[in-house]
Amino acid sequence: MQVYLDNASTTKMSRAAIGAMLPFFEETYGNPSSLHSMGQRAKEALEEARAAVAACLGASEGEIYFTSGGSEADNQAILSASAIGARKGKKHIITTAFEHHAVLHTLAKLEKQGFEVTYLPVGSEGNITAAQVAAAIREETCLVTTMAANNEIGSVLPIAEIGAICREKKVLFHTDAVQAVGHIPMNVASMHIDMLSLSAHKFHGPKGVGVLYARKGIALSNLIEGGAQERGKRAGTENVAGAAGLAAALKEATDRLSENMKKVAALRDRLIKGLSEIPHSVLNGDKKSRLPGNVHFCFEGIEGESLLLLLDEYGIEASSGSACTSGSLDPSHVLLAIGHPHEIAHGSLRLTLSEYTTEEEIDRALAAVPEVVARLRNMSPIWRDKVSGKKPFLLK
Amino acid sequence: MALYSDKVMDHFRNPRNVGVIEDANGVGEVGNAKCGDIMKIYLKIEDDIIKDVKFETFGCGSAIASSSMATELIKGKPLSSALELTNKAVAEALDGLPAYKMHCSVLAEEAIKRAIADYYKRAGIPYDEAAFREFECCHDGE
Repeated sequence: MQVYLDNASTTKMSRAAIGAMLPFFEETYGNPSSLHSMGQRAKEALEEARAAVAACLGASEGEIYFTSGGSEADNQAILSASAIGARKGKKHIITTAFEHHAVLHTLAKLEKQGFEVTYLPVGSEGNITAAQVAAAIREETCLVTTMAANNEIGSVLPIAEIGAICREKKVLFHTDAVQAVGHIPMNVASMHIDMLSLSAHKFHGPKGVGVLYARKGIALSNLIEGGAQERGKRAGTENVAGAAGLAAALKEATDRLSENMKKVAALRDRLIKGLSEIPHSVLNGDKKSRLPGNVHFCFEGIEGESLLLLLDEYGIEASSGSACTSGSLDPSHVLLAIGHPHEIAHGSLRLTLSEYTTEEEIDRALAAVPEVVARLRNMSPIWRDKVSGKKPFLLK
Repeated sequence: MALYSDKVMDHFRNPRNVGVIEDANGVGEVGNAKCGDIMKIYLKIEDDIIKDVKFETFGCGSAIASSSMATELIKGKPLSSALELTNKAVAEALDGLPAYKMHCSVLAEEAIKRAIADYYKRAGIPYDEAAFREFECCHDGE
């Protein structure tokens, strides 16, 4: 039995999303730009998908741009806001130290072009406050970009408060909501969000399609030049099937949001409670303001990659912020940002649930994780040094 | 293609020679926690023969597999041949390692050399210290 607990990486597609996509492969495969009736039917489907997405987010149709995914949406939002800022001589951007690399690497590019970026430090509880944002805003700030929820440790940021501050100070506010949309309530109107990125495959939609929401009146810069698709802001023949799948998945996730949140959070809490019993471990991320499906621990004395490989042997498919999994030798910037030393950051485990996760699967994980941790600790020289008192324990 | 060869996975899943030798007469430890891998080799040497070898490793799958394979390659062998063990030989015996994991095999080679140097020191046997190159951490220092 395979237990899939890596839903923050990607999700299984829902039946509704698959069903919504199928007509556009063999039946209605026309190009939405074509004038014949099949092309026009594809165009209608695309616009229906756009309307459905807009309704789920509290936006209007003209504010929804389909992209290739969350990363593209993040890039376009930040580069657009920076271009608007530069035209006014405003070249300061505020973000957080634990953003996704789609945001961090885009900002690094802007820093090379003369922008100044403030990286708000993340507290040991794994979150930032709206007051931190307010204190960092300056006359020349052109953009605040903070994620809605962290992809590794699951902290949910105070987006409505940050949005209100940005609106009051007349600074553009973008949120990378890739981990949040479809999992917690997100409404661009009530949260005063100017731009938002989302990705379909995080909520049981297809891979390779996402959305950039940009509030009416915000001049977007193109990343891709070409035809006049997406109102001239994103060239290339539209991914009609992808858009239909995204919309169907988002509609389903939105319709069932409170029911799913309750169910998934209950499983999450059971998993957290069980794993907390492993000695010398710590739950990372905000304990209260947390994604319903996120469980993230560090275990002292072991390394994350071997933990994942061994869990896979037990049929548990998990993830980690571990150095080794990413091909880089550095531990997760998120875990360093919340103040863990390298040694602890190396021993991380992320288990992420979805509404398809069952009680039985949680039982399996609860049985496997302590066993695997013990097996690895038994062969770890630093664990032996700690147990024998030669070195101090860093976690309780 | 999978990240690791079947051989790496076999040695990771069922590591050979895990543990401690209480009366070891040569012990070598390399790496550090900051880098995410530490390898410790225990040797029991009699008449220039490696009678027994055990290891403990904190690290990724390839670090554990490299330690396991390296101990297999030197167990029962004369010291002279253990000293000739290269990281390349460890990696080859594992049917290869991904390029960014090659440092794991280097760790294994270094841990064994350090354990042998420790044996020489304890036994008062003179040896060419220059032949035991210092391990460089994957990061910029400890």
